[in-house]
Amino acid sequence: MNDRTLDISLTVNGARVQDRVEARKTLVDFLREDLALTGSHVGCEHGVCGACTVRVNGEIVRGCLMLAVQCDGAAVETIEGLSDSGEVSDLQAAFEQRNALQCGYCTPGMITAAQDLLRRSKKVPSRDEIREHLSGNYCRCTGYHAIVDAVEAVAQARAGARK
Amino acid sequence: MKPAPFAYKKVRTLKEAVALLAKHKDNARLLAGGQSLIATLNMRLSAPALLIDINGIRGLDGITKKGKFVEVGALARHAQVERSDVIARYAPLIALAMPHIGHPAIRNRGSFGGSIAFADPAAELPACLLALGGEVDIASAKGKRKVKADAFFKGLFETALRPHELVTAIRIPVADKNTRVGFAELARRHGDYAMVGLAASARANGKGLTDVRLAYFGVGDTPIRVKTAEAALADGNIDAAVSALDLEPHDDVQATAKLKKHLAGVLLRRVAAQLLETRP
Repeated sequence: MNDRTLDISLTVNGARVQDRVEARKTLVDFLREDLALTGSHVGCEHGVCGACTVRVNGEIVRGCLMLAVQCDGAAVETIEGLSDSGEVSDLQAAFEQRNALQCGYCTPGMITAAQDLLRRSKKVPSRDEIREHLSGNYCRCTGYHAIVDAVEAVAQARAGARK
Repeated sequence: MKPAPFAYKKVRTLKEAVALLAKHKDNARLLAGGQSLIATLNMRLSAPALLIDINGIRGLDGITKKGKFVEVGALARHAQVERSDVIARYAPLIALAMPHIGHPAIRNRGSFGGSIAFADPAAELPACLLALGGEVDIASAKGKRKVKADAFFKGLFETALRPHELVTAIRIPVADKNTRVGFAELARRHGDYAMVGLAASARANGKGLTDVRLAYFGVGDTPIRVKTAEAALADGNIDAAVSALDLEPHDDVQATAKLKKHLAGVLLRRVAAQLLETRP
C-alpha cells in the first residue's frame, strides 16, 4: 500500500465492506466495479446529471464527486439498499404506474433524491418544492411531469397513512 | 473520464495541512467539499500529484457570531449554512443566496471556504462576500493573515491566496436594523450557474441608501463591483444607475454578451427594489 492505493472500511447497505482502492477511484465507480452494485448510474461524471446519486451518512451526494477513499468509516446506501429494505417501494410502484420512467437511466438517482425530500418533509411538498429538489437530476425521456406526479402522489399517500 | 492517478493524504490538523502545502505547493490540491475539484479531476483539467483531504480537521466548520462579524468556518457545508439560524439572523444576504447554489446533493458536500477559494466568476458566494465587504482568514506554515474581499479576487479563478496557503474562515459584518440586502440571479435551470447575478448590500439612511455595494457575477473574470452605479443608486436614481453600468461581459455557453448586459440592468432594478423595501 502507498499513498495512491489505500485500504478502506465502510458499510454499504448495512454490510461491512473492506477493500483496497486507488485514491483516484470515485465512489460510484467503486460501487459499480468493485462491489457490482450497478444500480447507481454514471452519466456526466462532473456533477451535473444526478444519475449517480447515493446516500452517504444519511445525506444524498453525487457519487461521481466523492472519492471512494473519502468514504472510509462512512455508511453508504445505494438504490439496491433502499429497494431491498422496502423504503422506496411505494415510489417505485408510483413511477411504474404513472410512466415516470422510459429508459430508466435516471430513475435510481431520481428515486433516491425524491425519497430524500419526502423523508425530510413534515408536510406534503408542493409541486414547486418537488421540482426544486429534483432540479439536480436530469431526465431526457419523460419531460418530468410524470415524475412530479408520482412523487406528489406518494407524498400524499404517505401523509394520508400518517393520519 | 477518470482522474489521473494521484496520492491522497487525509490530515487531522491544520498544522499538518499547512506543512504538506508548504512542502508540495502547486503540486498539491486541497480537497474540501470537492464539488468543483473532483469534477475538474474527472475531466483531467487538473492533475495534481497529491490531494490533501482537509475534511478531517476539527473545528473548521463552525458558524458563530463573534462581535461585529459572523464567522463561517471554511468547511461549513452549504446545506449547513442554509439551515443556520445565525446566518438567517445576522447574514441575510448569504441566506438569500444559499438556495441558488447548486442542487441539494451538491449543497450537502460543497463548502463555504471552497467556494470562496475557488473563486468561480459565476458563483454566488464570492459576489456576496464582495457585496458585504467581508474578510478572508488565511493560514500557512508561516502564520495567519486576513485579506479584505475587495483585495481577494484577482482574476479568473485567481485570488490573493498563495500556493502554500489555505482559507480557514470567512468573516462577514453582522447585519443590523439599517442593513439592506438584495439578491437576484437568472439561470437557465434552477441551481445551474447564473447567466448573470447580482448581490448587494447597503445601509438605510432615512428613505435613501448609503454605502451601496453592488457585486455582479457571471459577467467577467471575477465578481465585479460597479461603483458609478452604486453612487447613482445612493442618490436614489435607479435609471441613472442602470445607464451607469459599465460591465463588459463576454459571450459564453449560457448567453451572449449583449443579453448579459441587458439582464444586468433588469437585475439591478429588481435588487434596487429589494434594497429600498422598508423593513418592519
